[in-house]
Amino acid sequence: MYAIEAEKLTKIYGKGDTAVTAMADATFQVKPGELVAFLGPSGSGKTTILTCIGLINEPTRGKVILDGTTVADDGWQRGIDLKRMRREKLGFIFQAHNLIPFLSAVENVMVALEINGVGRNEARKRSAELLDALNLGHRINNYPTALSGGESQRVAIARALANRPRVILADEPTAALDTENGKNVMTLLKELALSNNSAILVVTHDHRMVENFDRILKVSDGRIVDG
Amino acid sequence: MNLAIRDIRYHRGRFILTSIGLGLLLGVVISMGGIYRGLFADALATVNATKADLWVVQQDTNGPFAENSRIPEDIRYRIAAVPGVAQASPLSFQTIQIDRQAKPFRFFLIGYDLNGFGGPPEIMAGRNIRQKHYEMVTAKAMKMKIGEKLHLGLHDYTVVGITGKVVSSSGDPAAYVSLADAQDIQFKKDNDAIRNDRERIGTNLAGIQSISPAQGKILMQNIAGITESTHTVNTVVARLKPGADIGEVQKRINRWNHFRPLSVEEQTKILTKGMIEKARMQLGMFRIILLVISSVIISLIIYTSTLDKIRVIATLKLIGSQNRVIVGMILQQSLLMGILAYGIGYILILLTYEKFPRRIVLEAFDLQSLFVIVIAICMISSFVGIRKALKVEPAEALGG
Repeated sequence: MYAIEAEKLTKIYGKGDTAVTAMADATFQVKPGELVAFLGPSGSGKTTILTCIGLINEPTRGKVILDGTTVADDGWQRGIDLKRMRREKLGFIFQAHNLIPFLSAVENVMVALEINGVGRNEARKRSAELLDALNLGHRINNYPTALSGGESQRVAIARALANRPRVILADEPTAALDTENGKNVMTLLKELALSNNSAILVVTHDHRMVENFDRILKVSDGRIVDG
Repeated sequence: MNLAIRDIRYHRGRFILTSIGLGLLLGVVISMGGIYRGLFADALATVNATKADLWVVQQDTNGPFAENSRIPEDIRYRIAAVPGVAQASPLSFQTIQIDRQAKPFRFFLIGYDLNGFGGPPEIMAGRNIRQKHYEMVTAKAMKMKIGEKLHLGLHDYTVVGITGKVVSSSGDPAAYVSLADAQDIQFKKDNDAIRNDRERIGTNLAGIQSISPAQGKILMQNIAGITESTHTVNTVVARLKPGADIGEVQKRINRWNHFRPLSVEEQTKILTKGMIEKARMQLGMFRIILLVISSVIISLIIYTSTLDKIRVIATLKLIGSQNRVIVGMILQQSLLMGILAYGIGYILILLTYEKFPRRIVLEAFDLQSLFVIVIAICMISSFVGIRKALKVEPAEALGG
């Protein structure tokens, strides 16, 4: 079973004469443990794919199946609890890591667990373990302002992994990092994809990182052109 | 995890400073309520201290506080003889402003019959007036010492005792002297005025040809006796016998045609509804305006604080947070700010209210009501922020 299946995924913004097709007929599958990149220039439609798969943007047409659950079929499936799906099945990593500035590193991870109903003590224990595994054991009580870019991104990865999601979606995770830190993050994502058996879908235009991916889907003008 | 507390802890400097600012504003609101209650307490201080059942004043007046009232002192005997009256005592009131230690010194002078009632309600230091002349008891707020002298009218008066918080309806501290002294201070003319009056009367009488010089002399002595008399008071207060019908007593005194007998309720109504109504409305308006300002400030603070957290809110939504987590964060912050500000305002007034020039009376009901209003304002004000937060799209967390 695929972790992500997209079939003729289309997203059109606006209506009539002003309609803009951001993504047309995107069809792809990602297996658990696979690290896949959407590579393309700005405005090519790769973030649109991410938002449709991430249950943020409703697809205009096409089908999306996440971990065996059909979440969209020409629009959202009726009765689907998008927030719950996001909490339980998805993990997000952002370009600007989006850590909550008033929470410490461990609390930033805990918040994802507590939102998903995990008790405070259990959440703290698991978060600390996760950060420790990402070599941030000594930084758990630091606020994001005290962390370097690489450390912040690793905390964001820990938060994305906290609920052991089947799918991790990363939006330009290395864009704000230098080459070394960017490579470290990609290596980490690859290890995590394998160890957690999670499908990781990365949107990037960063050609420095291409060798880290299992598969690359090139996107141009709203279409998958290669991959 | 409580996100509101975490945010406050992280931004504690800003939160505390904002709360202090809001607290000062709420302190003013609390003090306004206290001043309003103080107006009532001041207005009724003399009435309550006198412990009379009936205030007999000049006919067609709302005296002796709201309007001038002058009645003859000896009417006390007639009032005392009315069935149902246990005791009647004359009182004189006047506001005096003199210069003391090169500053204006204003107080409310009460003259009372040393054998009657209406004198100082309590003696906190020293003693009560014993001599018929030249002794006085002053309210603590006059800040006079026992043995200190005050020159009033033609004589010096020595402070022999200190009483508590008795003030006039306009908040001036009270001083007590014997009725005779008060009448002297209020009505006694100086020697020049007496000589002038006598000369004028003499000249007028000399112009009347039908009066012989001997008759004129007798007439002049009589007229001068009347014009120089000080036996006038502002009111006669009366206490009734147990079980006496106040309505009956009032009816009897009304029948004399020259006096108006006011019950304590009527006197209270004159003082509170008439004299301080405008001040009450003024203070009420100020309180409403300040509360509106407070709610606008809270709304703005919560709204800008929400704008600061748009990305945080978007991230929380993206990772699947329920709306109640986000609403709770904003609402709790608003409530905590309101509670802290109220506490600051309350403590501020509690520490300073006795230093205010006018009396501030803090009543539990007023404080509790204001607290409830502040909580309601916080909840209403946070809706603006909550509305904004609920409109935030998870997609706003994406991008650089």
